Amino acid sequence: MSEDRGTYQPLTYFQLMEVSLRELLVEKGILSDAEVNAAVEDMRARGPERGAKVVARAWTDPAFKARLLADGTRACEEMGLDVPALRLVVVENTPEVHNAIVCTLCSCYPRMLLGLPPDWYKSREYRSRMVREPRAVLAEFGLVLPDSVRIRVHDSTADMRYMVLPMRPAGTEGWSEERLASIVTRDCMIGVAVPRLP
Amino acid sequence: MSEKVPSPADLLRRGHHDMGGLPAGRVERREHDYAEWERRVDALMVLLSGIRGGRRLMTVDELRKNIEALPPEAYDRMSYYERWIVSIMQTMIQRGVITTEELGRKMEEIARRG
Amino acid sequence: MASATIASATVRAQDAPAPRFAVGDRVRVRATYPLGHIRTPFYVRGRSGVIERLCGVFGNPEELAQMRSGEPRQPLYRVRFLQRDLWPDYAGSPDDVVEVEIYQHWLEPV
Repeated sequence: MSEDRGTYQPLTYFQLMEVSLRELLVEKGILSDAEVNAAVEDMRARGPERGAKVVARAWTDPAFKARLLADGTRACEEMGLDVPALRLVVVENTPEVHNAIVCTLCSCYPRMLLGLPPDWYKSREYRSRMVREPRAVLAEFGLVLPDSVRIRVHDSTADMRYMVLPMRPAGTEGWSEERLASIVTRDCMIGVAVPRLP
Repeated sequence: MSEKVPSPADLLRRGHHDMGGLPAGRVERREHDYAEWERRVDALMVLLSGIRGGRRLMTVDELRKNIEALPPEAYDRMSYYERWIVSIMQTMIQRGVITTEELGRKMEEIARRG
Repeated sequence: MASATIASATVRAQDAPAPRFAVGDRVRVRATYPLGHIRTPFYVRGRSGVIERLCGVFGNPEELAQMRSGEPRQPLYRVRFLQRDLWPDYAGSPDDVVEVEIYQHWLEPV
């Protein structure tokens, strides 16, 4: 990355490529700057809090949860969450099964629901090891699971995108959906963490 | 345990990107706030792949193919959106949307602006 | 010469093959290492697993990557592999699994 030289920082080769591509596409009438800006803002508005709402709804509404597990995309749309082109599969954690998501080949992630993924999810270390030694990787994240819990790793190699429905922790009885959503982090929905009471 | 040096055939049989199961170090819990240029790359891909309707000028499959074609050392050392922007540009050239010459002229023009 | 734009989806005459496998079937991933863009990971080639679900029928990414139509479309399956079948020294529960989406043309019956 370029050094900080005050306000002026020369473009890197790759930033130059982005400017070049965008300007050429605009000059050719293929897109407009307004469309690019709108798409940037659209993605900026997508974040893990959207998935957290879905989880909280599933925790409080068993019929919704059944619909969510049957068709994740439709359930999100039912909640008014716009998820274009997303084929969402939601996998449920139980006392016997813990789920975790990876894309070993590239870094597929349910971006249209949860926004952009964290760097570590795209790293060589995560992509290589999560299918090979998930328990060791989870332990590095601070999640140690006994052997009595089976681990199910999902490698998203095709068009489906996955999200983990974590278990609702004890001690949350009577909580509102909003309060429940506040303890569901992005890492819980990837499967490298579980919701914890603050 | 002695490690076999991979032959050229080994290197072709397994793509450099196809890393599931290979040994690797600790997962560093790196995160960064995406820079605006990175967000614009992401936006360009959303627009060009026609996710929101409109014309579709490339597929995610071509994006992946061209990322997989990066030289291994470049793949490892480039950031995620650096890989994307190169791949998108390669795809546009392959599809004839943009020519190498147009790109070269544009890059020179931008450099002249300073 | 590849066209610059992709025509909006219309169903062409080429039919997708009928799904060959059912949930619960034991399948092996073909141990072949061709060139091109492939979404069947190296670590499952030649390995056996069980069909967990039929995900649907999709365009073939190997073809889509080459600016072609993606036909014939292929049934896509989630295949469940036991970790202990994938890695000789797997240290974890014997019931730990990895589930991977694999296109029908990469699978053969066991």
